[in-house]
Amino acid sequence: MSSKNRIFVAPIIYILFILIPIYWLLIMSFKTNTEIGGSITLYPHQPTLDNYLFIFSDKSWYMGYINSIFYVLINVSLSLIVAIPAAYSFSRYTFFGDRVLFFGFLTFRMMAPAILLIPMVQIFSILGLIDTHIAVALAHCFFNVPIAIWILEGFISSVPKEIDEMSKIDGYGFFKYFYKILLPQISPGIAVTAFFCFLFSWVEILLSNALTVVYAKPIGAIMTRVASVFIANISILSAAGILTLIPGVIFVIFVKKHLARGFSMGRVG
Amino acid sequence: MISKSKDKIAYLLLSPALLVMLISGVIPMSMVLYFSVHDSFAGNNFIWVGMSWFQQVLSSSDFYGAFFRSLGFSALIISIEIPLGIYIALRLPQKGFLSDLYIVLISLPLLIPSIVVGHIWKFLTLPEIGLISSSIDYLGANYDMNNPIIVWITLALMDSWHWTSLVILLCFAGLKNIPEAYYQAALVDGARGWSVFKNVQLPKLKLVLLISILLRFIDSFIIYTEAYVLTRGGPGVSTTFLSHELVQTATIQFDLGEGGAMSVIYSLVVLCVSWVFFSLIVRKNNEQ
Repeated sequence: MSSKNRIFVAPIIYILFILIPIYWLLIMSFKTNTEIGGSITLYPHQPTLDNYLFIFSDKSWYMGYINSIFYVLINVSLSLIVAIPAAYSFSRYTFFGDRVLFFGFLTFRMMAPAILLIPMVQIFSILGLIDTHIAVALAHCFFNVPIAIWILEGFISSVPKEIDEMSKIDGYGFFKYFYKILLPQISPGIAVTAFFCFLFSWVEILLSNALTVVYAKPIGAIMTRVASVFIANISILSAAGILTLIPGVIFVIFVKKHLARGFSMGRVG
Repeated sequence: MISKSKDKIAYLLLSPALLVMLISGVIPMSMVLYFSVHDSFAGNNFIWVGMSWFQQVLSSSDFYGAFFRSLGFSALIISIEIPLGIYIALRLPQKGFLSDLYIVLISLPLLIPSIVVGHIWKFLTLPEIGLISSSIDYLGANYDMNNPIIVWITLALMDSWHWTSLVILLCFAGLKNIPEAYYQAALVDGARGWSVFKNVQLPKLKLVLLISILLRFIDSFIIYTEAYVLTRGGPGVSTTFLSHELVQTATIQFDLGEGGAMSVIYSLVVLCVSWVFFSLIVRKNNEQ
């Protein structure tokens, strides 16, 4: 029993380390600016919902959340749609240039958004997509599609090839096989991939800010705008920060069972 | 040969991904390459200048400064996050409600946009009213965000807080994949504690560790938003990293050529390091 108790001490300390900054953000979001500026208080002495009410009543603020969620969802769907067949291809076929292509995809995961910033603004201007959700969703593909292919390839490779053969014998065409056999088999992989695409797209700000003007502005950009008068807006920024946590938390609760499988089954290369 | 028609199917299945990557990756990268060997006037007249931007970047002390600070930062946070990640993953309960709960809580920092992460740590370290700064001050020391060492410690803390969770999740997954039989065999051989870790767990974790180091290297080497929100690159230039230097050159001075050359050098470095890791990962994978 004592050894069992001892085992979980380290994770608990670590989780405290994680939660304290989040707690700090949470209590600041319920404080008034006067209280924040006054002195250190470990809980809000005059709790107020004003900061949240402000966000929910100001169109540019709450639209910021909707915009962010919108382009992230487009990005996740798009990444999955193009990555599943690609991952299948890498998993099941040996073809000319497969290794080079696989690494080629991964190299883009390694590019900094800062590098591609200017060309992207120019490309999406030419395409007439500036200030649209599609532009941001497409831009985020350069880091999400490679990671999606990488994770999914591992999951597809863990589905025995014999199943492919058997479904052929059963008279399943390629699409029916894909839809009826393969996708259900790799559904945990799809969940994990969706999680990681969501994660990387949700946290990115440099590109999503540069590619939008008004209509598709992400919440992060709205926060940057008021952050220039930082001290006066701490409580609102805190409330806005807390709200950015919610979509992720909902997502992680759905995929938690599969999360731990993540990359572990990856058969890279 | 049959493989000809198979090749066709393989490429066909790849084509949507290739198309998307063409727009969001290949074309922008080609433009960066083009910028790096041209000088631009009024944004649309380009004149071939060969390697002169590269010479300019490679003789600039600002670039080397930012480059080595980025490299140093990556080395610092990898040396913190990888051992810490392994340690926590080893100590986590393997299954049950508690395990799920820990996993959800540990994932929390990963889900916070980088700009919010920057703000959180700025709030924590504000003079007088920040939790960390005032606690340290209370203990009699001086938490001075104008001191480069303190700022670096804060950045390392922030990055560890934000990203160690990824290492934990990956290691946890790796540990879960070790068959029970391995532990029993080790137990029969009389292995305990450290020797179980060294002989059973660590070899099985090598693959996920390589992946973790690779991902952490890439993302810390290109760090931008969190660090910018927290420090604005200061005090002085002590936390001005490569991405900051690049965004400054390319978007604020609008120096496409110099920015392009910097980007190319930047990419080559990341590419070389990644290639080494990738080869190691592939080799490790073939062993398993």
